Amino acid sequence: MNTVLDISNKNIPGSDVPAQSEGPIQYVNELTTLNLGPTHPATHGIFQNILQMDGEKIVSAEQTVGYIHRAFEKIAERRPFYQITTLTDRMNYCSSPINNMGWLMTVEKLLGITVPKRAQYIRVIMMELARIADHLICNGILGVDTGAFTGFLYLFQERENIYEIYEEVCGARLTTNMGRIGGMERDLSPEAIRKIRAFIKRFPAVMQEFEKMFNRNRIFMDRVVDVGPISAERALSYGFTGPNLRAAGVDYDVRVMNPYSSYEDFEFDIPVGKSGDTYDRFMVRNEEIWQSLRIIEQAIENLPEGSYYADAPEYYLPPKQEVYKNMEALIYHFKIIMGEIDAPAGEVYHAVEGGNGELGFYLISDGGRAPYRLHFRRPCFIYYQAFPEMCKGTTLSDAIVIMSSLNVIAGELDA
Amino acid sequence: MLTNEEVAKDLIRKFGEEVYDFDEPFGLLTLSTSREKLIPILQHLKDHAVYQINFLTDICAVHYPDDPNPAREFCVVYHLHSLVNNFRVRIKVFLAEADLHLPTAITLYASANWMERETYDFFGIIFDGHPNLIRILNMEDMDYFPMRKEYPLEDPTREDKIDALFGR
Repeated sequence: MNTVLDISNKNIPGSDVPAQSEGPIQYVNELTTLNLGPTHPATHGIFQNILQMDGEKIVSAEQTVGYIHRAFEKIAERRPFYQITTLTDRMNYCSSPINNMGWLMTVEKLLGITVPKRAQYIRVIMMELARIADHLICNGILGVDTGAFTGFLYLFQERENIYEIYEEVCGARLTTNMGRIGGMERDLSPEAIRKIRAFIKRFPAVMQEFEKMFNRNRIFMDRVVDVGPISAERALSYGFTGPNLRAAGVDYDVRVMNPYSSYEDFEFDIPVGKSGDTYDRFMVRNEEIWQSLRIIEQAIENLPEGSYYADAPEYYLPPKQEVYKNMEALIYHFKIIMGEIDAPAGEVYHAVEGGNGELGFYLISDGGRAPYRLHFRRPCFIYYQAFPEMCKGTTLSDAIVIMSSLNVIAGELDA
Repeated sequence: MLTNEEVAKDLIRKFGEEVYDFDEPFGLLTLSTSREKLIPILQHLKDHAVYQINFLTDICAVHYPDDPNPAREFCVVYHLHSLVNNFRVRIKVFLAEADLHLPTAITLYASANWMERETYDFFGIIFDGHPNLIRILNMEDMDYFPMRKEYPLEDPTREDKIDALFGR
């Protein structure tokens, strides 16, 4: 079954003394106000932090968020369920398929639809590809922020390949709108399967090269080891989930604890760190990429035969040819597109393991065509509030690295 | 393995009449309580040696303007999770529009800070004791609470808006 993997090893090669001599913070008692953001090339998104600096040390950070708030929860109250999938794309835009699938599974839970095994496996493949893409961006950019551009460029080629798989599966690259209520919009094409297999074959070498470049690199380790640590206790109190929580040593993973979409069929490890510092977050994400690759391998090898959508004519669009010939199909097509299907009343909470942690959907339906209330539990929004505590007493350059390793995505934070 | 009955019985034993409306939609234990008992219940669940329901998943509010009982117009929903027992519980507190006060949960969970600010921002629920209860996602000079049902989105069937002039 799924085991826990300890990946922490912080012995910097070739050095007995730590390169950074960290004494107690020396204040010169003269505060400078520094505006980090809202638009700053190193914040990777629109966040403002008003830093109070004492010399080079950060004394406090005052955060302002909401610059790209688009009121998704409000918009969702007027939309039929299938149109909300496109809103979820725009939350964590680094791993849109996970958001899409999470939302679709929430609706399927409310409607009582059981998705066929084949569709579940396809979803797992797409979600794990999205997780790889998400972690690649985070770790690649962490490299850029510490001054190493090369690794980022290597990884972006692979991200491009993942996006080509998305294109093959759903036609889009960034805002994917992948999957439909009841399954997938189409089956995996032979070309898509070929591309996934090609990716599995080619990717390990690139990833190994990236790890070789960073994992035991003296310059990189000096920048990230013991920077921005957070204890497991504080991380839990701050509502951390996902890789950031696992870096602090808590092996909570929604995929294992509350398996959805057949995750219980796959064997994979949960990497955990020890001190929750930037290096641990980096290493946990690296290891998760390998584990995701393992899951994709297992899923594509054991891809079950059968239908890729459930028998739910009220929610799943009939084939276009049927619409022209068959009266019933025409009626369902019309009703689905016009959003005239009433959902049963009920309230449901469903969580999936997003790129950054537990991505939850709390849906209240009053029996109407649109949700009565829909609330997204966005992991970024919840853990970003720990940032001032984590960067207190560090330098500005460390604060950038901490923020980068937290992988705060503006779209998800602001929803 | 913790069961819903076990936790529900324990809460009834401890809080008696103050916990009510037990339900389990899709297997998730749901209950309502009063404003006064909210923090004691959260504290009890958090400190319980066996349950260890010590992870605050989410706080959000719901507006029910059509509810015949004015004391149930607003609902604040807390989702809690025990990572040890893999057990989730949902706690609701109903409030009247005239008195939208709730005690803050920051003393128990640091993560409640922004969740409560978000709830205030969109519904105007006032969390007493919150150190910095200001808007978080909307702009500060906004003078209404946009997620309330009295602010509907534009009606797609309205006829006064001419597509030829305004586009679609």
